[in-house]
Amino acid sequence: MELAQAEATTATAPKKTTTLTGSAAVLEGLIAEGTEVVFGYPGGAIMPIYDALYDYKERLQHILVRHEQGATHAAQGFARTSGKVGVVFATSGPGATNLVTGLADAQIDSTPMVCITGQVFAHLLGTDAFQETDVINITTPVTKWNYQVTDASEIPAALAKAFYIARSGRPGPVLIDITKNAQMQLFEYEGYVPCKHIRSYRPKPIVRNEYIEQAAAMINAAKKPFILFGQGVLLGGAEQEFKAFVEKSGIPSAWTILGAGAIPTDHPLNVGMLGMHGNYGPNVQTNSCDVLIAIGMRFDDRVTGRLDKYAKQAKVVHLDIDPAEIDKNVKADVPVWGDCKETLPALTALIEEKVHTEWLAEFRAFDKVEQEELIQKELNPETGELTMGEVINQLNVLTKGEAVIVSDVGQHQMVACRYAQFNKTRSNITSGGLGTMGFGLPAAIGAKFGTPDRTVVAVIGDGGFQMTLQELGTIMQSGVDVKIMILNNQFLGMVRQWQQLFNEKRYSFVDIKSPDFVKLAESYYIAGKRISERDDLVAALTEMLEHKGSYLLEVMVTKEHNVFPMVPQGCSVSEIRLK
Amino acid sequence: MSNQNIETPAQQEYTITVYTENQIGILNRIAIIFSRRKINIESLNTSPSEIEHIHRFNIVIQETEDVVRKLCRQIEKQVEVLKVYYNTNEDIIWQEMALYKVPTDTVADKAPVERLLREFGARAVVIRRDYTVFETTGHREETDKLIEVLQPYGLIEFVRSARVAIIKESEGFNAKLREFEREEPGQEVIENEYLDKEKNVFTM
Ligand SMILES: Cc1ncc(C[n+]2csc(CCOP(=O)(O)OP(=O)(O)O)c2C)c(N)n1
Repeated sequence: MELAQAEATTATAPKKTTTLTGSAAVLEGLIAEGTEVVFGYPGGAIMPIYDALYDYKERLQHILVRHEQGATHAAQGFARTSGKVGVVFATSGPGATNLVTGLADAQIDSTPMVCITGQVFAHLLGTDAFQETDVINITTPVTKWNYQVTDASEIPAALAKAFYIARSGRPGPVLIDITKNAQMQLFEYEGYVPCKHIRSYRPKPIVRNEYIEQAAAMINAAKKPFILFGQGVLLGGAEQEFKAFVEKSGIPSAWTILGAGAIPTDHPLNVGMLGMHGNYGPNVQTNSCDVLIAIGMRFDDRVTGRLDKYAKQAKVVHLDIDPAEIDKNVKADVPVWGDCKETLPALTALIEEKVHTEWLAEFRAFDKVEQEELIQKELNPETGELTMGEVINQLNVLTKGEAVIVSDVGQHQMVACRYAQFNKTRSNITSGGLGTMGFGLPAAIGAKFGTPDRTVVAVIGDGGFQMTLQELGTIMQSGVDVKIMILNNQFLGMVRQWQQLFNEKRYSFVDIKSPDFVKLAESYYIAGKRISERDDLVAALTEMLEHKGSYLLEVMVTKEHNVFPMVPQGCSVSEIRLK
Repeated sequence: MSNQNIETPAQQEYTITVYTENQIGILNRIAIIFSRRKINIESLNTSPSEIEHIHRFNIVIQETEDVVRKLCRQIEKQVEVLKVYYNTNEDIIWQEMALYKVPTDTVADKAPVERLLREFGARAVVIRRDYTVFETTGHREETDKLIEVLQPYGLIEFVRSARVAIIKESEGFNAKLREFEREEPGQEVIENEYLDKEKNVFTM
């Protein structure tokens, strides 16, 4: 790019400035923040940025998605596997409104993301101009922060703030809306200064030692302590600190679906998954432990079930970076505010080294029941039809628990979370808080960009796949290597399960017809296969995993199969059903 | 075992005081925290504070303390919010201002009105040939009383401000702000040092 170099001539403070357009300043800022890949879709109001991008092709990779929602989910997948900030471009009006689902998803799952939207010229704001929508007000409830830029000179500072806010403290999505005139405007660019401090913003509460001491005393005195851990451990990059805490304390630990992988699935103190479709033991034991230690988790209602019958017997220690989470759903006896990367080591230092043999044996007893009554049947079905569980289990065996599993939303999601092994951190990418169908395919694309060396397998239902299947086009064009596994039960399975269990089998609009997915993939030049026989499973999975490049495997599974265990809506965790 | 509290605590009037950066959109961000929980705001006042670029909000709602505390934490979580306090009426000194427009001839002609105005501590802000505007400040009941009294004399228009409140026990925000400016840059963000060492983390 030809840039007019201009020396500032102010006598007092001679500063080296360059004349840049607002658009170029956006791209310079992204590069300064370490951005490698942007997911986006152009349009009139963001054309100046796309024009500038033409000159930055060598330095910034842009992935053209097929729908802006896909861009947000891809950015989320990227952020969740890489730990970096996902970046999205979209145009004004419909481009921007298409981001809302992904923003809401990222907001509730604390995913760092910066979305940049084009906006109509500043002088047209508020006039119902062509493709004008009030993006700032539409996205206010689903962003951690947002800001409208109407003058190019604001861009470097706004972008710096955006990145700082998105990734610091409890991460979240941020949106910067830039009017077209600001993108085109030339201004004196003084370089990019990263943001390190905002007066009104305190990303991390100050750690209070007296609370850590109280927590340690409570843990040391506990007979039946129990750890619940969530994504906070991953977001804080505190996996090592967490492992040290768990191992020294000897406390059985259970995970929320976003906390999966913070310690390996087969770690002896990992006692399984919490929540509506979690494991038997951890759910029941929540109501028999004496001290509950919640780490970087937010007591979501899918985890707690009925709150008035949740862990009433227990003293609660809650570690969280977000003070607003303390006492929000479950009252904490000891709140440990702070980043668990700092609070966990402090706590570990004060606790006694212990083994809880008998208490752990109680968990094992529940495991045994769940194994015998449920898991064995799921993994060794008596009929010829494949179950979702055995497919995931086989995938596991072949990937040795090393793959990144990106799931969509529904029965297959719960089965993937339950039966997959996670030997590495940042391996379970799923839409937890919003439960967004259509998340899986685009998120898997982003996940692969976030961790190119790992195998990324998207596990998706026949329903959810059809919500964002246009992103096959993105796969085709970018050449990204994603293994897509559709678990086809020919139903909107999870809704059908509820209708069966709670609405007397009144199957209202859950029977979903699908196109020939393999042919569809073929038309996008993506290899694929459909299987329905158990005998073909291992070979087909192997072929998918060994295939160079993307691959779509459609597995026909039992139609009316239910995910168990289940804590029915409105029930307590002790009322978990095995069938 | 504080989880065992099942009694439903009573609602009462709370005044929430919010200090924010002077930033477009912050009112909306604060307002939706109430509206998404379907909580009605009884009174809202916002105005520049004694510190440049910092605004002070007074928001009055009827709620239980538990809900108010949660709301305040959600408000304080907003990037541009510096500090939030909540107080019951016992904790604060508050005033509302009211303006009453009445026909000047009735004021001039009917002596009782004048006396009543004096009784209520009102003062005339504007006296014109056709109308006169009086002002009073006080608690809601006080400003309400004068409406009742003036109504029969042809009250033309009435308006009342939102509540403004000062916290009795407060040390003032100036000190707090200095603490904000001092402490915050010291709280460095710890970058995740394991991100680039993915393979070394829990590879079995
Ligand atoms: C965008 C969106 N719409 C609707 C739902 C409600 N919903 C949750 S699970 C589900 C069924 C999913 O069916 P499918 O994708 O076939 O997966 P399965 O449950 O059969 O594994 C539906 C409709 C949702 N979570 N997201």
